[in-house]
Amino acid sequence: MRLSKSWDVTSKDFRMFLRKKNVITSMLAFPLVITFLLSYVVGFVAGRSAVAGLLALLPSFTFYYAIIAALLPTTIASYSLVGEKMEKSLEPLLATPMTDDEILLGKGMAAFLPAMLATYLGASIFMVSTDLLTRGAFGYYYFPNLGAGAILLLLAPLSAVMSIEVNVMISSRVSDVRVGQQLGFLTVFPMGAVYLAGELGLISFDVITLSVVSGILLMVDVFLLFVTRTTFRRDEILTRWR
Amino acid sequence: MNDGEIFGFLGPNGAGKTTTIRMLCCLISKTSGTARVAGYEVGDAADSLKIRRLIGLVPDNVGLYESLSAYDNLDYYGRFYDCTEAQRKERIPIFLKMLGIWEKKDDAVGTLSKGMKQKLAIARALVHDPQILFMDEPTVNLDPEAARTVRDFILELKKEEKTIFLSTHNLDEAQRICDRIGILNTRLRAIGTPEELERSVGGKKTVVQLEQANEAILTALRKLQLGEVSVEGNSITVAVASPETENPAILDAIFRAGGRIQSANVVGSTLEDAYLRLVRERERD
Repeated sequence: MRLSKSWDVTSKDFRMFLRKKNVITSMLAFPLVITFLLSYVVGFVAGRSAVAGLLALLPSFTFYYAIIAALLPTTIASYSLVGEKMEKSLEPLLATPMTDDEILLGKGMAAFLPAMLATYLGASIFMVSTDLLTRGAFGYYYFPNLGAGAILLLLAPLSAVMSIEVNVMISSRVSDVRVGQQLGFLTVFPMGAVYLAGELGLISFDVITLSVVSGILLMVDVFLLFVTRTTFRRDEILTRWR
Repeated sequence: MNDGEIFGFLGPNGAGKTTTIRMLCCLISKTSGTARVAGYEVGDAADSLKIRRLIGLVPDNVGLYESLSAYDNLDYYGRFYDCTEAQRKERIPIFLKMLGIWEKKDDAVGTLSKGMKQKLAIARALVHDPQILFMDEPTVNLDPEAARTVRDFILELKKEEKTIFLSTHNLDEAQRICDRIGILNTRLRAIGTPEELERSVGGKKTVVQLEQANEAILTALRKLQLGEVSVEGNSITVAVASPETENPAILDAIFRAGGRIQSANVVGSTLEDAYLRLVRERERD
């Protein structure tokens, strides 16, 4: 596999997305609005010096960024192949000596990198603002910590990869971007379920639990990678899914 | 197909022209049979990549990125074929200039006319200097001037010994630029040079325009026992094997039957005749 060719696909998609202001706006606005709301709640609770409440809230708030990482790539990933279909550019692209893996990797990176960038931007603002707001209540800086590291460095990228794989799979089989996006949003449910389990007290967001969830997610990602590769059939994409 | 020839692929809608091109370009799998492109087996996974390196495809839909510039579209595709930056910088201007769209190189493709996009799609297929070019109806929907530019460009490519597989509905275009033609209607019905195909549906015909055609003249012509005699208005058509030897007898017979000749012409069967006969044969099957 030639990584440089995949990067060519990625950089072309970047250039095209940079011209779509609504895509950039939605990619940035969502994590920033969530960050603002979370920081507001943290500030409110910190103002009442409710340390126990803060300690209960902050891990689940940090977990939001794993959900955001799953949600953000849906726009770009669902557009990846459907967009090529809509521009009728898939046929000439598939006629080049690019392998399926090179195309899929290129499309995947085009969705992964901006999604992670926006997630980390939001998470960084959240962590800094939280540290500033809770320093008085805790007497120390809450972030960085191992739990946040597990969420942001393991769970968030793994959930983004899962989302991208499912979205690429869906987008190779639908011919409308909106349908692709609507179906793609379903990928948020697994991470939503983990969050809900945490809120219901079924699991805790400690490092061990987060590592176990990450391990499961890694296996899911590997499985989905296999499924995405085997279901990426040029014949069907060009003939059946027009 | 022979190296360096323009091979025309004719057939009605639904005949399988685009499907054949897609199979030969290794975009879709073949259901049966064998095909080789430049010595490589179509359908073999390893050979598919080699074939795709050697070919250029102009699909029926241009499939360009509308928000990218004309130059960027070509540059993007050139990268996939391992063209170096120097090669891309050398070739892209050449093709854009040859096709008359150099001035539009920095314009977003979405702002270009249909003809310009079609030319750009042709340039895209050539940017890696392929041996074989597959073109799926490259002049469809183009105005006459743009269509002519594209046809002239195809002939220029032939001079560079490119092998060109041209799918078209335009019989006149096929006759003018193709060395050989295949007529397809779900299966290959005939293959040959335009002249061979014309001859395959019959020889030449002598068309005599009379002041007044009548039964006596027709009877006189039928008595000559040449080819089929038909009449349409005051125009009589006689199928002839050899116009040089048979026309004097035809004209003499008409004259003796009291006919007054206004004009006489020898016409051959056209590619259209051959095409329609072969396509209708399939419909009768």
